[in-house]
Amino acid sequence: MSDIHTSHDGASHGSYKSYTIGLVLSIVLTLIAFGVVMTGSFSLPVMMVTVVVTAVIQVLVQLVLFMHLNTKAEGGWNVISFVFTIGILTLIVGGSLWIMHNIHVNMMLG
Amino acid sequence: MATDTLKQHDAHAHDGHEHHDAGAMKVFGFWIYLMSDLVIFGTLFATFGVLATATAGGPTSQEIFELPFVLVETFLLLISSFTFGLAVLAQNAGDRGAVLKWLAVTFLLGFGFIAMEVYEFHHLIAEGYGPDRSAFLSAFFTLVGTHGLHVTFGLIWIAIMFFQISKQGLDSVTKPRMLCLSLFWHFLDIVWICVFSFVYLMGAM
Repeated sequence: MSDIHTSHDGASHGSYKSYTIGLVLSIVLTLIAFGVVMTGSFSLPVMMVTVVVTAVIQVLVQLVLFMHLNTKAEGGWNVISFVFTIGILTLIVGGSLWIMHNIHVNMMLG
Repeated sequence: MATDTLKQHDAHAHDGHEHHDAGAMKVFGFWIYLMSDLVIFGTLFATFGVLATATAGGPTSQEIFELPFVLVETFLLLISSFTFGLAVLAQNAGDRGAVLKWLAVTFLLGFGFIAMEVYEFHHLIAEGYGPDRSAFLSAFFTLVGTHGLHVTFGLIWIAIMFFQISKQGLDSVTKPRMLCLSLFWHFLDIVWICVFSFVYLMGAM
């Protein structure tokens, strides 16, 4: 992650090319999601899937091409801590939505 | 790139190995902080997800979101993330003038983003759709406002980095700080992608 540790860090992998590719991909993915929602001619499931898929791809693109997340830097601890955090997030976000949806359905809260 | 990094490695060889590890450890420690920040945003997203339809007779997300406006905000932040990358490349090349130039451009783009967000918030509150109107709006203002606060502190940090680098140049103190700031700035762009997708785009469906 630091250019000080040149032999096995992330920043030294960054180049003008990788940042430009990251920017172009991000713009294209943003416009796809925006376009699909704005035209209004797609069904709800199609719009949902498009927005989720483009968002996930764009997050990965920026993690790798902008933040240089890779398994080599810091002996892979960057990635391990990230995967751990994603696990926690899945529990928090998924669990909250699941439980609150159940309460909503079973108790018929307005 | 390869020759640049090699040159840089030579230039810093006399700093001693402990120093190199200290810089790398600092950046890794900052990464751990970002992961904890990610959990904060995750809880705010979860809260928003649960309360998104709890409008209490107030406006729904379809009625108040203006997607073209938010798309411009998105592009401002996205391009600022790219220009910060150019600042890091300039740092790798040891070009102080270019680092300062790209930091200034990044600051202006980030400032434009914040200005648009403040305008949006002001507009909503003036219409009577403030965070006190409904649970949906409370969750919306908390999530988007927390992100905006992060960007504001990022702007303050960019301004401080600008003056520090213009004063003492690129050395073993300022370089790791720049890398931490670059992670912070890219991180905020990634969080905004999620806000744009899951709050604005899904809210407009």
